[in-house]
Formats: sequence, C-alpha cells, structure tokens
Amino acid sequence: MEESKIQADLASIRNMMERSSRFISLSGLSGVMAGIYALMGAGLAYKIIYVHGDKYSLNLAAKGGNPFLQSELWEELVFSPTIMQLVVVALAVLFASLVTGYALTSRKAKKQGQALWGKTSKALIFQMATPLLTGGLLILILLSRGYLGIVAPACLAFYGLALVAASAYTYTDVRYLGICEIVLALLAAALPGYGLLFWAIGFGVLHIIYGTLMHFKYDR
Amino acid sequence: MKVPFDKLDKAFENRVRLQIMSVLMVNESYDFTSLKELLDVTDGNLASNLKALEKEEYIIINKSFVGRKPNTNYQASAKGKKAFQDHLNALEQLIKQQKM
Repeated sequence: MEESKIQADLASIRNMMERSSRFISLSGLSGVMAGIYALMGAGLAYKIIYVHGDKYSLNLAAKGGNPFLQSELWEELVFSPTIMQLVVVALAVLFASLVTGYALTSRKAKKQGQALWGKTSKALIFQMATPLLTGGLLILILLSRGYLGIVAPACLAFYGLALVAASAYTYTDVRYLGICEIVLALLAAALPGYGLLFWAIGFGVLHIIYGTLMHFKYDR
Repeated sequence: MKVPFDKLDKAFENRVRLQIMSVLMVNESYDFTSLKELLDVTDGNLASNLKALEKEEYIIINKSFVGRKPNTNYQASAKGKKAFQDHLNALEQLIKQQKM
C-alpha cells in the first residue's frame, strides 16, 4: 500500500463523513442577495412607517405607555393600511430570498454532486422549521393582540435560534451568524422603537457580510 | 521499524466498504437509497459490499416498511466501530513512518 493510496483513502473518509452528515451546498451568494432584499424591504418599511405613517406608526407610541403595545384593538391595528403594506413588503422579501436561495443552492448542489432533496437537506430544514414556525405563530398571535413592537426582536431571536440549530447540519460557521442575530434580538428588545433598525442590521447587513465570507471560503 | 501493514483491516481495502463505514461512523443510521446516492454506485455493487461488511459483523441491518415500500437501514456495530478506528490508527502510523 503506497502513500498515494493512503492519502486517497483518508480524503475519501473525510469527504464521506462530511457529505453524509452535512448539507454543504448552501450558496454564499444567496445570503448576499437575501441581505440586499432585506435592506430594500427595510427602506420601504421605513417610508411606510415614518414618512406616510398614520397614527399607528412606531414613533407615535403613547407616552408612558407600554412601548411594545401599539393598540388594544387588534382589528384596528392589524387591518390598518400601514400594517397591511408592511406585511406585503415582508412577504415579498421572504419570497424573493427563498426563490434566489433555492436557485443558487440547487446550482451549487448539482456542481458538488450532492442531492438537493436528500437526507442532509431534510434534516437541515426540519431543524430550522421548528423554531421558525414556533416564532412565526407566536409573532402572529402577539401581533393580533397589538404588540407590534415585539415583531423585530422576536423575528431576530427565533431566526437566530433556527440558525444555531441548523449549524449541526451544514457549515459550522452558520452558528456564529445565529449568535449575532440573537444578540441583536436582545438589543432590539432592550431598545424599543429601534426595531426596524435592528431588523435591517440583522437580516440585511449581517446576511451580506456572512454571505460574502462564505462565498470566498467555500464557493470558489 | 516494522511497517504495520498487517494491522490494516482487509475489509476496508475496498474503497466502497471504507466509504460505507465512514458514513456509518458519523450517522446513527443510513438507508440503502441515500447511501447509493451519496456513494454514486450501482445497487449490485452497494449490496455486495454491504453483505461483506455484514459477514464481518461490522454493521447491523434493520429492515422495516415505509408505507408499502421496504426500507433497509444500516448501523455500525460496536465491533465495526472498533475495527474502523484500528484501521485509521494503522493508516496514521503508516503515514508517520513514511515521513521519517
């Protein structure tokens, strides 16, 4: 048994251990694109809330009142034009990010010979879905009770938890992104009124930084 | 110094068997279809190599049904894990000797 055979054996052991347990086809560029969409969405949201804002906007929260609670009457809040517009913007950002992520990741999976819908990607999605669905439903319930200020910190916190959970099934680096999102979530909760700013940093700026780093580390 | 070639496990001389064992070392269990996709080998090739590992008692086979489809899952046995680790140690020693 000569050296080259040993080297090839070790390389194949390592490759199999990694590819069988982790989904390593996530594209860095899709992170960058998701960040750009998020920043565009945050810009639109800023205009909706602060420029054309009505009485439900964040900067008009009652003085001395609960900073997270905008309205006791949920119909009044949830069906207000401001909130409806924000929901449309949020859904558009989510949709654009998912479509771009899917396209770029399937391209990379094909290049790496990893199944897009295999054992590892299923495990990854399940790990992320649990905290994301929990968070999503919790936010909807609280929003329907008028707690608008809870949206940004809760989005960031549950997304961060989802990333930390997912890191066991993809690049370990995802964990650091998750921890950063959680820290931002706690800051956003401590500083009511700056939710949109923290949301833009967490989903926009961090995604662009992370995506760029991943692109240069794994995609080339 | 004596080269420990005899410490290398004959069962892992074959690349496919080595890869199957690598997969089962880091995953609790793996099913036939996923293994086939991952290793990119034919049904027959994979089946015969799994049979060889089974004969050595390095893997445990669990047959079950998902709906009506038969689903076979493979797991590394304690004996198999030990054998794989010994094989890795032998490879490590070989590399160290060649560097000297």
